[in-house]
Amino acid sequence: MVWNLILIPLGMAAVVFAVPSNRWRPWLLPLTCLGHLALVVVVLGQPSLLGQPSLISREHWLVLDPLAKVFLGLISSLFLLCTFYTAGYLSKEPERSNRVFCTCLLLSLSMMTLVILSHHLGLMWVAMEATTLTMAPNLYFHRNPRSLEATWKYLLICSVGIALALLGSFFLAYSTLHAGLEESTLFFDDLIRQAPTLSRPWMHAAFILLFVGYGTKMGLAPMHTWLPDAHGEAPAPVSALLSGALLPCAFLAILRIYHICVAAGDAAFARQIMLAIGLLSMAMAAVFMIRQRDFKRLLAYSSVEHMGILVIGIAIGGWATFAALLHVINNGLTKASLFLSAGNLQSAFGSKQTENVCGALRRLPLSGGLFLAGFLAITGSPPFGPFVSEFSILTAAFSTGQYWTGSLYLLLLLVVFLGMGATVVGLVLGNPPETAGPAPFQESFWSGAPIVALMGLVLMLGLCLPAPLREILQEAAVFLETGR
Amino acid sequence: MIVHWLDPMLVLALLVNFFMLGASRLRAVIYAVAFQGVLLGLMPIFVHGEVGWWLGLLVIATIVIKGIVIPELVSYAMREVFISREIDPVVPFVPSLLLGAAGTGLALGYARTLPLAPSHSGSLIVPASLATVLTGFLILTTRRKAITQAVGYLVLENGIFLFGLLLIEAMPFLVEIGVLLDLFVCVFVMGIIIHHINQEFSSVSTEHLARLKD
Repeated sequence: MVWNLILIPLGMAAVVFAVPSNRWRPWLLPLTCLGHLALVVVVLGQPSLLGQPSLISREHWLVLDPLAKVFLGLISSLFLLCTFYTAGYLSKEPERSNRVFCTCLLLSLSMMTLVILSHHLGLMWVAMEATTLTMAPNLYFHRNPRSLEATWKYLLICSVGIALALLGSFFLAYSTLHAGLEESTLFFDDLIRQAPTLSRPWMHAAFILLFVGYGTKMGLAPMHTWLPDAHGEAPAPVSALLSGALLPCAFLAILRIYHICVAAGDAAFARQIMLAIGLLSMAMAAVFMIRQRDFKRLLAYSSVEHMGILVIGIAIGGWATFAALLHVINNGLTKASLFLSAGNLQSAFGSKQTENVCGALRRLPLSGGLFLAGFLAITGSPPFGPFVSEFSILTAAFSTGQYWTGSLYLLLLLVVFLGMGATVVGLVLGNPPETAGPAPFQESFWSGAPIVALMGLVLMLGLCLPAPLREILQEAAVFLETGR
Repeated sequence: MIVHWLDPMLVLALLVNFFMLGASRLRAVIYAVAFQGVLLGLMPIFVHGEVGWWLGLLVIATIVIKGIVIPELVSYAMREVFISREIDPVVPFVPSLLLGAAGTGLALGYARTLPLAPSHSGSLIVPASLATVLTGFLILTTRRKAITQAVGYLVLENGIFLFGLLLIEAMPFLVEIGVLLDLFVCVFVMGIIIHHINQEFSSVSTEHLARLKD
């Protein structure tokens, strides 16, 4: 059953590659994602699946544990909504071949699902590197020098980062060998069971390498340098998926390693590093967001900021762990809606520089309004979802006596709000430039509905957390905190 | 008995690192990385002593991918873009050799602080692996041509492969093959991008890739 989640998009990727019609091919994407989501819903509804039978040996290669449930639901729904948008997006460029683009999107879905489900460090690594590779051609969809530069940086920096993660995985495996166990292992279940006996110097070195490696992919400062370029130059739906689905997958990888540290009784070491890097990411992002003149890069830096918030939440621990996991969902949905509406603005104004774009609310009432709402949501304004999770992390910091962390976090949130606000207000309000004339871009059902749906979900998460989701999140937080 | 051959091979792999740091002709660098790949491919035999069917398959796959296919891919890219030399690296060749030597020294020192399992103590695997990773980093960061940067990534991966020798039993065959496959596809995609960089800028120097900044 769980295997089908990986095999269906993989098989459909082959089908999509074979379909000759450039016009109909993109419509297979939402269809596949719909099937994927339906299967995910069925799988999530069956708690008995926790102990899947093994693939090759007695060990469990793929397990749907509580953490996996959170991420699986998120990426599956995001892919569905973003591919709906993609189908409309590609229909506006009928002359450009989308064969590779569509194939790579489905391969990415398959590989991200594999990252989420895999319970073997090596297998997870292979899948993670595969997501890097399958996303690379999509960044270069528009075939211009800027996207070429972004693709090269993305591929090189992420590959090197992930290579370090492989070295870290080896270190972790070696720490079991040194613990006097007859065989080293890379299965999470074994590692967690044997965690207290692992060799500490090897484990610490492994954590640092894995955190830096997967942190590069996640876009944490100071390893984030590829991220603004890639998010800025990619087509809108790809940016949305990079930000909402790919970065969380890398976060999940870090959580898996953190989980082993917790089981080893060594969480304090991991938390210190995560806290420092998290605050640095927020600060770096805040600095670059002030007076940012490219609104897609602005959103990219916002991603860096929110990845920082996620690791800070985990580092604070306790109630903040739950909030951080909730924030993965909130941030993913909000950021995707922002990137999609930014894509509409870019198409309408023919630019993503702030000096060429103003009065979006008049030119494109729907996308402009959604962009504004998305901005308010992502910066933590009530009544949207991110407010709940960001505020919970803050209260958790203060209630556990981490006053410095809490204050710094609040200050950085405020700086980001002001920095981002200045740019967004300039974009949305005012009169559209006269010279633009009747631009060819018009809002359509396909370019609007997915964003409305995403913002609707964000609003719903802010008003009330559905009981099943709360249950899954609580289960995941307990799973992570107790180390078993 | 056969294990005694391992350390000389590791020393040879380290010498290849130095050769790559000092060489300016791309063809020489690519041959060197191919030679290192073949050396690495043979090493599992010497670590393990005996060759089962899957180990044999792994040895063959590693030699074919790291020693033949990938270098061939890179040199194809090199011929296509008509360049043969790394002329003006960010850090000149002699200082980068010195940096490489310093990195190797550091790796030897750091490896000594890590506790090793009794059967591995005294082996050069860990320092050689760390030194090769550092060399890869050095090539990646100090060279301007996209092709040389790709070679740097290969050297980095070779260093990680060296460490993997300690864990031959732990890594399932499927995962080893997956890692090799990822590496191959990665270089393949890099090759395609290098081709596009050359078409776009009539050069594969990454200096042209400096438009995106804040």
